[in-house]
Amino acid sequence: MSTGAPPLSGTPKPQAKALNCPKCGAAITLRSFGQAETVVCGSCHAILDAKDPNLAILQQFEAATGEVKPLIPLGTRGKLRGTDYEVIGFQRRSTKVEGITYYWQEYVLFNPYKGIRYLSEYHGHWNDISVCKTLPAVGSKLGGSSLTANYLGETYKHFQSAEANTDFVLGEFPWQVRVGELAEVTDFVHPPRVLSSEKLQNEVTWSIGEYMYGREVWDAFQLPGAPPEAMGVYENQPSPATTKVTGVWVAFAAFAVFLLALMAGFDMRAKKEPVLHETYQYNRAESKSEPPFVTDVFELTGHPSTVEVKTYAPVSNHWIYLNYALINQDTGQAWDFGREVSYYSGYDSDGSWSEGKQNDAVVVPRVPPGHYYLRIEPEADPALPGIPYTVEVNRDVPVLGIYGIAFLALLAPAVIMSLRAYTFEWSRWSESDHPPMNVANLASSSGDDE
Amino acid sequence: MTQPIANCPNCGAKIVFRWSSSVQTVCQFCKSILVRTDVHLKKVGQVADLPPDNSPLQVNTEGQYGHQAFVVVGRILYEYDQGGWNEWHVMMNDGTSAWLSDAQSEYALSRSSKSQNLPTLAMVHVGQQFTWSNQRYTVSVITPAHYRGVEGELPFQYWDKTEVTFVDLRTESGKFATLDYSDPQPALYLGEFVEFDDLKLKNLRSFEGWG
Repeated sequence: MSTGAPPLSGTPKPQAKALNCPKCGAAITLRSFGQAETVVCGSCHAILDAKDPNLAILQQFEAATGEVKPLIPLGTRGKLRGTDYEVIGFQRRSTKVEGITYYWQEYVLFNPYKGIRYLSEYHGHWNDISVCKTLPAVGSKLGGSSLTANYLGETYKHFQSAEANTDFVLGEFPWQVRVGELAEVTDFVHPPRVLSSEKLQNEVTWSIGEYMYGREVWDAFQLPGAPPEAMGVYENQPSPATTKVTGVWVAFAAFAVFLLALMAGFDMRAKKEPVLHETYQYNRAESKSEPPFVTDVFELTGHPSTVEVKTYAPVSNHWIYLNYALINQDTGQAWDFGREVSYYSGYDSDGSWSEGKQNDAVVVPRVPPGHYYLRIEPEADPALPGIPYTVEVNRDVPVLGIYGIAFLALLAPAVIMSLRAYTFEWSRWSESDHPPMNVANLASSSGDDE
Repeated sequence: MTQPIANCPNCGAKIVFRWSSSVQTVCQFCKSILVRTDVHLKKVGQVADLPPDNSPLQVNTEGQYGHQAFVVVGRILYEYDQGGWNEWHVMMNDGTSAWLSDAQSEYALSRSSKSQNLPTLAMVHVGQQFTWSNQRYTVSVITPAHYRGVEGELPFQYWDKTEVTFVDLRTESGKFATLDYSDPQPALYLGEFVEFDDLKLKNLRSFEGWG
């Protein structure tokens, strides 16, 4: 306090005012210290002039008692974004779209220092709303069919325009509220936010809302029980998937790179050491009586490793089948496997075609070191008189198949998340003035068919 | 900062001017409206008690705007058909003055602008755009208001006004302008919306039941 200044005359502390309804005599509390323009009597629903000390009656509306009940009772206090707010007013509004009436509720919140804020609720979806201090810029593109609005550097997409009616009011309002008054409401969304313009006569008010979950509202106002279940997807409801989709794809890309590096690393480290390379001749006449034969002995050294057996036969519209056994000379341990090499090709009405390959490869995992040989028992197409075939054995080859499986295992969640995000957005926009194109196509094409 | 001291010509109480350029003040004891002349104070009127109002600010509230500290030294209270608002006259610590308006807890800080060629009221309509200081402003609302009362120090004489019209303009970046048609020559104020918390206000009023 500056020197010499007389003490302040001490304006009295503003207090909540207790008055009586001039119509029915019921008690009325004015909680907003004079910020309210109108107050609605809770018992007879007279809309009163809150600025008038005698509370002149402005409008009387008919409402069956108990028809509409605020989920958060008037006078309830709660903490919203760190500030205490008291519920001072409540209204139910409605809009008619294609003959169906949709209802939603709005709560007027008050703090003597921070002013007015609003909460809206539609089928369990909540929004924390305040009046915009900055003017949004509305632009249109594509001949006005797709409107956007820019607010504080973010682009909002036009969601819906509708006429909103006020059909039930209770408590205090910082404006001249009337039942039956129609406002033109336009919503633009950028989840989790919604930018709304409300046009009443000549005055346009812009507000910005942020999506809230019922349980957050219940926590803020410490309400008993559970909030009403949210139904469907709301216009600015944050998608549980979209927020994570980018992250999942980034993680997927990182893992894919890691896998490739791992693959390259193992590929480079793998010795791919050739241990056998022979060409044999199959002859039909002999094979009938010819027993299986064995190859030369080859040595596998070092740690247990993969053994790759490759077969090549210049088959053309034939098959050859080889019964292999990889046998450890020292221990007698054997790995049995059969491989078919077949290749067919030709022409038909669709053009040329082919099936199969002249090459085959198989990998036997974890073969311990030792002296080995292959026992081979060939069989072939009866139409084939004879054919040469080459058998090649390599030790310590990289197995690339598991990388493919790992790749798919990583890809799956990313794809599922993207699908979920897509269906969420699809549900969101099918409620808007701009339903997704494929819905329209689907509806019209199925209609045409029947 | 000079603090000229004089006595109220009506009741003799000590009158302190906190802002050297103040032209008018209200005696806190007898509510006389006093106007400064070269030598002494002249009583030009008497204020009725201000109606109860809801602004959390009061004369002597201190705050911060950017790096500057300020103190509230006076106010003008206006009313219009949708309610009322306060224009708080604040003195910055560099000796300049500004206006902090509080319209239902929407705060804006503005200063008098020297821009010339201001439009006459008849020329202005909602949606119209004007450019001042390289900033484009859009007319958002034209408010016919009436003067309800004054308190404390003001930079001009303001005690016999009744009907006044204000034109509010906004931008897409939170800037704010007001054209004041109180006098034959329109006056322009340029400023911006400010957040209550950013003002770091001290010495606020207290409200019953709100700590």
